[in-house]
Amino acid sequence: MFLARSVLSIKLRRELWRMRGQVLAIALVIAGGVAVCVMSLVAYSSLNATRELYYQQNQFAEVFAPLKRAPRQVLHRVSEIPGVVRLSARVEAAAKLELPGFTEPVSARVLSVPQSGQPEVNRLFVRQGRLPAPGRNAEAAIVGAFAESHGLLPGDRFSVIINGRKQTLVVTGIVESPEFIYVLPPGGMLPDFKRFGVLWLSQESLSAAMDMRGAFNSVVVRVQPGYPLASVIHDLDRVLDRYGATGAFSRRDQFSHRFLSDDLDQLKIMATVFPLIFMSVAMFLLHVVISRLVNTQRDIIAVLKAFGYSNRQIAWHYSQLVLAIAAIGLVLGLLAGVWLGRGLGELYMEFYRLPGLLFRLNPAWLALLILITGFVAWLGGWRAIRQAAALPPAEAMRPEGPARFRMVGAERWFSGIRLSQPSRMIIRQMARRPLRALLSMVGIAMATAIVMVGNFQFDSVSLMVQTEFARVQQQDLTATLVEPVNAAALFGLQRQPGIRYAEGRRSVAVRLVNGHRDRRSVLHGMPAEARLQFVVDKDLQSVDLPAEGLLLTDFLATELGVGPGEDLRVEMLEGDRRILSVPVAGVTSEFLGVGAYMRLPALNRALGEGPVINQILLSVDPAEKDEVYQSLREAPGVLGIGLRQAMLDSFYDTLARTFLTFTFFNSLLGAIIAFGVIYNTIRIALAEKGRELASLRVMGYTHNEIAHILFGDMAVLLVFGVFSGWLFGQGLAWMIVTAMQTELYRVPLTITAHTLGISATVVFVSAMVSGGVAWWRLRHLDLVAVLKTRE
Amino acid sequence: MESQPVFRTRGLTKSYDQGEVTVRALRGVDLELYTGELVVLLGASGSGKSTLLNILGGLDLPTSGEVSYGDLDLSVANDRLLTRYRREHVGFVFQFYNLIPSLTALENVAVVTEIAANPMTPEEALRLVGLQDRGLHFPAQLSGGEQQRVAIARAIAKRPAVLLCDEPTGALDSTTGILVLEALESANRETGTTTVIITHNAAIAGMADRVITMSDGSISGERRNSERQPPHTLSW
Repeated sequence: MFLARSVLSIKLRRELWRMRGQVLAIALVIAGGVAVCVMSLVAYSSLNATRELYYQQNQFAEVFAPLKRAPRQVLHRVSEIPGVVRLSARVEAAAKLELPGFTEPVSARVLSVPQSGQPEVNRLFVRQGRLPAPGRNAEAAIVGAFAESHGLLPGDRFSVIINGRKQTLVVTGIVESPEFIYVLPPGGMLPDFKRFGVLWLSQESLSAAMDMRGAFNSVVVRVQPGYPLASVIHDLDRVLDRYGATGAFSRRDQFSHRFLSDDLDQLKIMATVFPLIFMSVAMFLLHVVISRLVNTQRDIIAVLKAFGYSNRQIAWHYSQLVLAIAAIGLVLGLLAGVWLGRGLGELYMEFYRLPGLLFRLNPAWLALLILITGFVAWLGGWRAIRQAAALPPAEAMRPEGPARFRMVGAERWFSGIRLSQPSRMIIRQMARRPLRALLSMVGIAMATAIVMVGNFQFDSVSLMVQTEFARVQQQDLTATLVEPVNAAALFGLQRQPGIRYAEGRRSVAVRLVNGHRDRRSVLHGMPAEARLQFVVDKDLQSVDLPAEGLLLTDFLATELGVGPGEDLRVEMLEGDRRILSVPVAGVTSEFLGVGAYMRLPALNRALGEGPVINQILLSVDPAEKDEVYQSLREAPGVLGIGLRQAMLDSFYDTLARTFLTFTFFNSLLGAIIAFGVIYNTIRIALAEKGRELASLRVMGYTHNEIAHILFGDMAVLLVFGVFSGWLFGQGLAWMIVTAMQTELYRVPLTITAHTLGISATVVFVSAMVSGGVAWWRLRHLDLVAVLKTRE
Repeated sequence: MESQPVFRTRGLTKSYDQGEVTVRALRGVDLELYTGELVVLLGASGSGKSTLLNILGGLDLPTSGEVSYGDLDLSVANDRLLTRYRREHVGFVFQFYNLIPSLTALENVAVVTEIAANPMTPEEALRLVGLQDRGLHFPAQLSGGEQQRVAIARAIAKRPAVLLCDEPTGALDSTTGILVLEALESANRETGTTTVIITHNAAIAGMADRVITMSDGSISGERRNSERQPPHTLSW
């Protein structure tokens, strides 16, 4: 349509070229919206497709069933469960590792691979080397993230303590598993690749180490597509109940899967929230620019109509202009979006250690996006286009009537204040076009808000982590025990050199049920006088544990639909698997993870056991920390150790980098919007006031003095725009925080002065750049021409 | 009265490059303007009269030749100097008034008085053009003739040394045009400001002390009226 050789299309081309600055500014804003949308969609669909394929190729399980110990003969019954198409029984264990040159405690999860090599379900992707061979006791394959952080390669050796027995393993291969895309230490909420790993040993050698010959303690199954998972879970529980099963669960409750799903959902949110802002700003810009153009072309429209062009042709001509701008934005946005989406996808791919990335962009979404962009752009120009089409030729021949101004009410109220004439011009200009002034302000506000949204997340996540470790988890390290021990062990521990204070907890896996809603979680029994780890409320004040009943994380309470005072069914997934009905005494606020809390003696009583604990929190003397690590590593009763500092470090290493990229990207987008809005506003003001300003120059006003008039209202709009942007940004941030709440973490809303400052700076700098362009144009104002032309 | 000239030009030329052709707008103009006189610069469209006015007013620089205002050499002045010159010494009246639509008549005059060294009050300037009652009206509420008189008030309010008027009646009918000319005449008489009116309308020539005719970029004739005809006796 743009190639048609009609005169109007030539006019269109030349006008686009003449207004190229403004056209580009608007196209960039459209491109920004399209780019974010495409980027998120590309990343989302590509990762989703990659994950699907990865799951498919590696036969990722749909249902997971941990248990205590069952003879392999039971598998026959498991395979007969309706819906089960494949299964894999295995031995799972926890291990402590000693890596040469690394003093801190390292723990690992160990899984068996069958004699035949690859398991039927949850197959491994071998990145390097091979799987441990049957019959060779001392071989292990290790998960990629762990291998990379320690620089381990096939052939390297390290010692491992499994079930209290120490042995030396040689690395045969580096592998990835769909089950451990996200490698989380037990009880941890952040990945720590250096201190937690996953190992695969041959079934023979792991069974030997765990005294599990001819038995298994974990079974994973693939379910026939479309078959109800609940029924499979129910049947599995029934079959495995007498073997100490702790309850089968679906992917929904599988950590790695859930983490990845949450991340993908966040991409979807990004694909809608941000483009919405960009598109509304673009609409406003198109509206202003096209209205202005139609006004200056009244006589041309009149002449065209006088020659017999129809209203429809005129409307189509100006619609083409709008659509051409939208098309430029669309193309730029698509290119940038695909490029960025690929980049983001690859970033995620590396982070999740997926074996490859499938590139996907749903053509239907793409078509929809093109349609929406065209429509939104056209809607932006609609009023002006209609006005142009409806203009009677005779009226259009005459110039637009003189601008009507009036005293602004406020001027009379403040008549005591002497205003200079330029200041009056600024005030009345804004009062004459209040809607335009308001829209410009809204545009600036949106730019400010976008930059804020990019930055606040970093602050909020930092606060979340800082709070978690400064207020909630004050222990230096957490040791998880193999079996519960009598709490009296703490006294002995506390006398050991290097340990300042020790606190015990009893943690038990539970299934919380309220009617048809249920969640797998952990119930913690905590001492009433806790000194290291607390439960906090919304204001981060520690909450006293009730003598009766339990406290529940607010997110979990909402998910389960229970409130204080109501009873909750608690199914213990340990020991004799008791089922209790416990009243909810209150809710707590935590940023990371979810859980249920009770007083330690109450939990012990509920479990029908003595005063036992299975987790020890320690405050350690930094000078003697290595000795403490050493003794814990050698203590056979200790299953694994988590370090506070390590978690903090790993958080900043991994997430911070991603967030900084994201922040930079958002600032860039905000700057584009700010530039688009301000540049267009100034250019239009310059077009409208050029004559006035040139007249003033002729009368002896200096360049600076007229610049004051041109930029004066811009400065006012800028100040109000940034202020309202801060408010708007707060709202937007709240929306995003709410939309992005997940079971794993809930980012608190914090907006620091730093964030406000950065957003204002980005907007002001963009304003200065566009102001600079206008300043240069002002210098080249043609004074003589002004005297000769009529308005 | 004709002792020292306010303006003096010698061999003034001005050429514009317009693509492939060079337009020679002025081809050697020698001219003197004296204190207090009212000069009508007559010429057809394209005769170079506006170019001359622009150079005298400090809006443009000559290609060659000299132009001086008192001791100030306008032919070599930079933008800053020319701005100051316009600010302190020149009053402009434009064909299309060029009032600022967002300011009232009084405020339009104040635009100039605020930056001038020794201005009259805006009220006084409006009184001189007979618009003392219209001070609070915005340009859109005034007729064309009234707008042009506001423009005259604005031009004289700073008590300029010279008042330069480019086709001041060009956009007006003859009755309204005469009212405007009367305002200019009385301003010239009462303030003693050197006044230059450029026009293609020969009928206006009668009100001048001196009439200079231009054609093809140079002065083709000059005559002195024995006495100035009052504007209301003119007609066209």
